Amino acid sequence: MADATEGMDQFERLPRRLFTLYLPLGVFLFVLLFPFYWMTTTTFKPDDELYDYARFNPFWVAHPTLEHIEKLFFETSYPSWLINTMVVSVAATAISLFCSVCAAYAIERLRFSGARYVGLAIFLAYLVPPSILFIPLAAIIFKIGLFDSDWALILTYPTFLVPFCTWLLMGYFRTIPYELEECALIDGATRLQILWKITLPLAVPGLISAGIFAFTLSWNEFIYALTFISSSENKTVPVGAITELVEGDVYHWGSLMAAALFGSLPVVILYSFFVEYYVSSLTGAVKE
Amino acid sequence: MASLTPVQRTARVIPTRQRLAFRLLDDRNFLGLLMIAPAAAFLLVFLAYPLALGFWLGMTDATIGQPGRFVGFANFISLAHDQIFWLSVFNTTFYTVVASALKFGLGLYLALLLNRRLAMKSLVRAVVLLPFVTPTVLSAIAFWWIYDPQFSIISWSLIKLGLIHQYIDFLGSPWNARWSVIFANVWRGIPFVAITLLAGLQTISPSLYEAATLDGAGPWQRFRFVTLPMLSPIIAVVMTFSVLLTFTDFQLIYAITRGGPMNATQLMATLSFQRAITGGNLGEGAAIADAMVPFLLAAILFSYFGLQRRRWQQGSRD
Repeated sequence: MADATEGMDQFERLPRRLFTLYLPLGVFLFVLLFPFYWMTTTTFKPDDELYDYARFNPFWVAHPTLEHIEKLFFETSYPSWLINTMVVSVAATAISLFCSVCAAYAIERLRFSGARYVGLAIFLAYLVPPSILFIPLAAIIFKIGLFDSDWALILTYPTFLVPFCTWLLMGYFRTIPYELEECALIDGATRLQILWKITLPLAVPGLISAGIFAFTLSWNEFIYALTFISSSENKTVPVGAITELVEGDVYHWGSLMAAALFGSLPVVILYSFFVEYYVSSLTGAVKE
Repeated sequence: MASLTPVQRTARVIPTRQRLAFRLLDDRNFLGLLMIAPAAAFLLVFLAYPLALGFWLGMTDATIGQPGRFVGFANFISLAHDQIFWLSVFNTTFYTVVASALKFGLGLYLALLLNRRLAMKSLVRAVVLLPFVTPTVLSAIAFWWIYDPQFSIISWSLIKLGLIHQYIDFLGSPWNARWSVIFANVWRGIPFVAITLLAGLQTISPSLYEAATLDGAGPWQRFRFVTLPMLSPIIAVVMTFSVLLTFTDFQLIYAITRGGPMNATQLMATLSFQRAITGGNLGEGAAIADAMVPFLLAAILFSYFGLQRRRWQQGSRD
């Protein structure tokens, strides 16, 4: 299927391909990747090079240094932000996956009365953006005493993770032949045994897709973390980088870029190992 | 499917004491409700209830730490006379329309490029998604640095090329700032649109293109009369999501401009944060957030009808 639409391409010659394909694609790739290049070079540039374009070509690093990274990791709370973000993302993803597997299986395979309406409600829940929820949520978080704790984030992130994962897993469960479950039913397995021993092992790729995507979504989350967390050491990487690393009007661009780089690396590494799963969850969520 | 339940009920021999528990756990409705309970609990407590509470807060004068009194539509009336609120409505609409249009056009173009015969296709596709994978705020910080008034690499390059003579103040003047944040948003949004549309393109059968070519269709006609109609259902869904996310965008603006200069990039989401959390005026902030809901409903309806049409095209009964 992947190369299906190439039928017409064989009639094209190289010079034409160069202008209609490789040149525009090159421009796209350059623009899409340049900020990462710029982030990386800035991280390793010493300050005198960073602010002197006359003597040093800004596109290159003449004397690489680790001073910005050192400052970031030893003079700021950056390590604890990284740990916080990791803890919150893993916990929120685990909780969401558990809830979503149960919900998706119930809706898609048990088909209890009203399952279709519950499915629709979950889809609608997916469309409610955090931007209109964060104010009332802040009031609730404050009232139940979770303000400024990791739990505030671990319990609120599932609001956008559960609908997404459920929707994705529903689509995945649908691709598993129902006959397998029927066989198990006839052999006397209970519903829960079927889920645990038949459906879940077959749904592992779907679980990985949902897990990877949920993890990156939690890692990216900003508005809840900004609103619900106030003390420096409890912040997540995105919030800490934007609120704590700027001292007055002085921007330490080297450290800021190092913060951006090292905050992106975990998700990028995870992504690079599971590209296919990530893409399938991205496109699956839209196609369903 | 449902007819199987009785078969399996009689097929097993269960000790009397456990029979009720087993039967309950094998009952579709009981087990279904039990399994949906955790997800439902989360969504009811942290999504449905806050949504309702948001509407209530919008009608009170609550501040941080004070529950507030019911004031009816006073918040909305004062917003109606608020210049900054209307500016934020304009900014949000402009930002959404322009950024979505650019994301759609460029994303579709990139998807069409990626759909052609290409060396190292999967690597290119993986690399293209990077802007979407990295946390928005962190890439926004990189853009903030790229847009620096004194050390902008864009200005420097353009000067070296002889195209301009002085550094561009990307974030200093209203329209420059608007276009700068739109560019950053488009940069992040293109991969999502491109990769999802690419998935749609790959489901179009090549025989359709061959048939069109034999009938004498040129490249443009193949695109206009084969690709677009086949792709339109997925375009509807992708663009609805894109519009939804752009309209409610918060982090990019907060990271790059915080709504400045002079509220020129203030979106409704950032304004509601500014009033509610920074200013402590929860009621007014909630009212601004509520004002976003009609637009979101419009987008959801659009998505719903897009999905409907797709099902009809496939002849599915569901």
